[in-house]
Amino acid sequence: MQTTFIVAILVLGFLVTFQIAKASEYVAILRGEERSRKQSNKINGFLLLVFLIAGLIGVYYCNEQLKGKILGAPASDHGVLVDRMLYITLALTFIVFVITQVALFWFSYKYQESDNRKAYYYPHNNKLEVIWTVIPAITLTVLVGFGIFYWFKITGEAPKDAMQVEIVGSQFKWEYRYPGADKVLGKKYFKEISDARNNPLGQLWDDPANHDDIYVSGEPMHLVVNKPVKLVIGAKDVIHDVGLAHFRMKMDAVPGTPTTMWFTPTKTTADMKKETKNPDFVYEISCDQMCGKGHWSMRGEIIVETQEEFDAWLAKKDPQYAKIVPAKKMEPAKDSTTAPAVLKDSVIAQVIK
Amino acid sequence: MSEALSVHPEIVTTHDVHHDEHGGGHHKETFISKYIFSMDHKTIGKQFLITGIIWAIIGGLFSVLFRLQLGYPDQSFPILETFFGHWAKGGQIQPEFYYALVTMHGTVLVFFVLTAGLSGTFANILIPLQIGARDMASPMLNMLSYWFFFLASVIMLSSLFIQTGPASGGWTIYPPLSALGQASDGSKLGMDLWLVSMAMFIVSSLLGGLNYISTILNMRTKGMSMTRMPLTIWAMFFTAVLGVLSFPVLLSGAILLLFDRNLGTSFFLSDIVVNGEVLPNEGGSAILFQHLFWFLGHPEVYIILLPAMGMVSEIMSVNSRKPIFGYMAMLGSLFAIAILAFLVWAHHMFVTGLNPFLGSIFVLLTLLIAVPSAIKVFNWLTTLWRGNIRFTPAMLFAIGFVSLFISGGLTGIFLGNSTIDIHLHDTMFVVAHFHIVMGVASFFGMFAGVYHWFPKMFGRYLNNTLGYIHFWVTMVGAYLIFWPMHYEGLAGMPRRYLDKSGWVSFNQFGDLDKMITVVSIIVFAVQLMFVFNFFYSIFKGRKVTTQNPWGANTLEWTTPIRPGHGNWVGEIPEVHRWPYDYGKDGRDFIPQTEPIGANESKH
Repeated sequence: MQTTFIVAILVLGFLVTFQIAKASEYVAILRGEERSRKQSNKINGFLLLVFLIAGLIGVYYCNEQLKGKILGAPASDHGVLVDRMLYITLALTFIVFVITQVALFWFSYKYQESDNRKAYYYPHNNKLEVIWTVIPAITLTVLVGFGIFYWFKITGEAPKDAMQVEIVGSQFKWEYRYPGADKVLGKKYFKEISDARNNPLGQLWDDPANHDDIYVSGEPMHLVVNKPVKLVIGAKDVIHDVGLAHFRMKMDAVPGTPTTMWFTPTKTTADMKKETKNPDFVYEISCDQMCGKGHWSMRGEIIVETQEEFDAWLAKKDPQYAKIVPAKKMEPAKDSTTAPAVLKDSVIAQVIK
Repeated sequence: MSEALSVHPEIVTTHDVHHDEHGGGHHKETFISKYIFSMDHKTIGKQFLITGIIWAIIGGLFSVLFRLQLGYPDQSFPILETFFGHWAKGGQIQPEFYYALVTMHGTVLVFFVLTAGLSGTFANILIPLQIGARDMASPMLNMLSYWFFFLASVIMLSSLFIQTGPASGGWTIYPPLSALGQASDGSKLGMDLWLVSMAMFIVSSLLGGLNYISTILNMRTKGMSMTRMPLTIWAMFFTAVLGVLSFPVLLSGAILLLFDRNLGTSFFLSDIVVNGEVLPNEGGSAILFQHLFWFLGHPEVYIILLPAMGMVSEIMSVNSRKPIFGYMAMLGSLFAIAILAFLVWAHHMFVTGLNPFLGSIFVLLTLLIAVPSAIKVFNWLTTLWRGNIRFTPAMLFAIGFVSLFISGGLTGIFLGNSTIDIHLHDTMFVVAHFHIVMGVASFFGMFAGVYHWFPKMFGRYLNNTLGYIHFWVTMVGAYLIFWPMHYEGLAGMPRRYLDKSGWVSFNQFGDLDKMITVVSIIVFAVQLMFVFNFFYSIFKGRKVTTQNPWGANTLEWTTPIRPGHGNWVGEIPEVHRWPYDYGKDGRDFIPQTEPIGANESKH
């Protein structure tokens, strides 16, 4: 009923508009086409000016309304660089935006058709054209320079003392793995992946580096504040993307091609709760690459905490290997390099195969 | 160039003879040969336009449907269930349906409307008319170009009605998602149909493009040197070159993907466990597909944009009663954009694990595009400066185009910079950016073209009042929809999220999403009004009574008001000057066909 009503109103409104439009055409013919054309020219010229002014006010109003809703200060060292680049670009482009839009609508308004004016025959001016080729080129060189400088800082090698965490995406969840005491993530092979055999990531148990690796799922990833972290990113089925809006970081998770990214979280979750005055604040991991019908709900969480809190949390975890051989709980290998060379070779061979 | 010109008179003569035979009554046109399997470039152009309009209504309707979901995620619309059954169970759009809508909206508008509907229409109608040719180089291939497009349309349309639904992995169809039926319903039969349809579409695009290029290079009338061509023709030329060089790469990607889907190859697949099932594929690269896709995909955005730029330049000059400022610079910047279009594709892939050094090269090349774009904007502004501007609906849309091109172009400087792209990649910021600069701006170029050349196409005018309403509502609406959307992206909100209520970081834009939905429904309704105006005016519009209603210089206005097949009665006119002599030596306009006067000043 309600729908029919809305449709009826729409149709009615449309008919009225159409009749007015048709009538205005007849009136134009009656009053002389030239005269009514000039009149509508004046109206549209004026509207262009109104649009400019209202538009600029709208831009300001929109910013006032929404600036508090975009993310606050970045929560990682790289985020600071990204934001700085963003604001440099914003400042430059906003100046260009205002100048060009004002010129566009002001010229349109000012030089609207008038019987008293003849258009000025002005086909080209090489000097002007060189000026507005060179100025944008210089401006862009500055932006490219800053951009590439920051880009290399962000995508460069992770520091040696960075902790490693593996994050693996699959429809539609995130799973994590910590390297354990040896600080080395053991090797994997996708054909070993099996929930039934307690091996959700496809770890190769021949590799001793795997024996102390801790598998985490169904709860947040834990990171240590002010400690660089290198994420080793993988995917099981389709392409996903690890999006960390607060840290201003993002990297695709591609099946068959591991990727990495590193950053240093600078604020604990508790800090952020205070800063945003939001007791429900959490760092979220969003999937940013279309991955199927559950893409919009593929959510993970990160808790950033102090080293002590992190150690206490990790101490409660058992390595995944313990579930495979519950009878004899393996001592975690101190260092993967102590593994027999033969064994390592066989693992590599298996991976290559 | 001079060689090409010297052989021209012969070509023109043979053509005239040929045409006279037609006039002699040897060739009776039936309804089928005149309106359906027509070889007349003008009719083929109209066929592209009307098919494009139908597709635009479908694609636009899809966006209204998914905007309903985005604006009112908790609301139930029983009418949706009436129409779409289990796709909208309980009146709520199901995720599979949402993604199918998003994917088809993108595919339809990018390829079927803004590629075929835009350059297919105006290249066909304008190239022979503006260069002074009786028809395309090969009218037969030209006709086939339309019918391959029609075939592609039928296949794509049929995929909407199958049990598992159409492709739903996004218009970029990245494998493995698009390769694995187990991963998504849309990757079952719908994806095969998508790929076959696109293959047909590419054939259509190649037939058309080769025709446009050979027509422009070989069939210009006497005196029409390359640098006397209107900028529309230059834009169509570069568009066709881009299409011919880049579409085959997409075809190769599509065929390899078909192999991966149906023949067990592993071009794009490796190390996959989907729903607990371990697949045997090893050694492929999912990223390889993205390279193939974007090698077309980026030139594609210029395939969409260049025709609009060309038409805007022409319309702006005509209605400012002033020459386009910096013709050679406009030409040079079109050329520069066409070259750079091939060298920037990986800026869509900054966060795929691309080598950072390679990424930095693509940053440099991408931001370089801003230079020719800036030149174009400044030249348009100077064209308006000290003009005597007539605001026809076409002119308003041309001004709107420039405004949108500035706004959307500037946000491209954010995204082309890899450092900022890390944060903004695949967020609503991207959606806002490309909708403004490629979607709405190109639509504005298309509308400008339709309003401007409608009198040439149908011998009648569109209703002006409806045209003004159409412009103002669309202009205001486009900014209301897409300007605030940038803020969602700045907050990091990923695109293609159909419900944000489960998120702490992205759920603060509920009211904004409602506003955008309401405005997009209004804007869509106004487009329907335009469509009505279009079809009504074909039959009932005010009749054109003068040969040259806009007082324009170009050749199409020297043809009869309703030109027949062959365009000119008698000989094709000779061209003596460039097309932009407006306001010269105190004269309002000097058509291209007028010889240079003895005392005329030089420019």
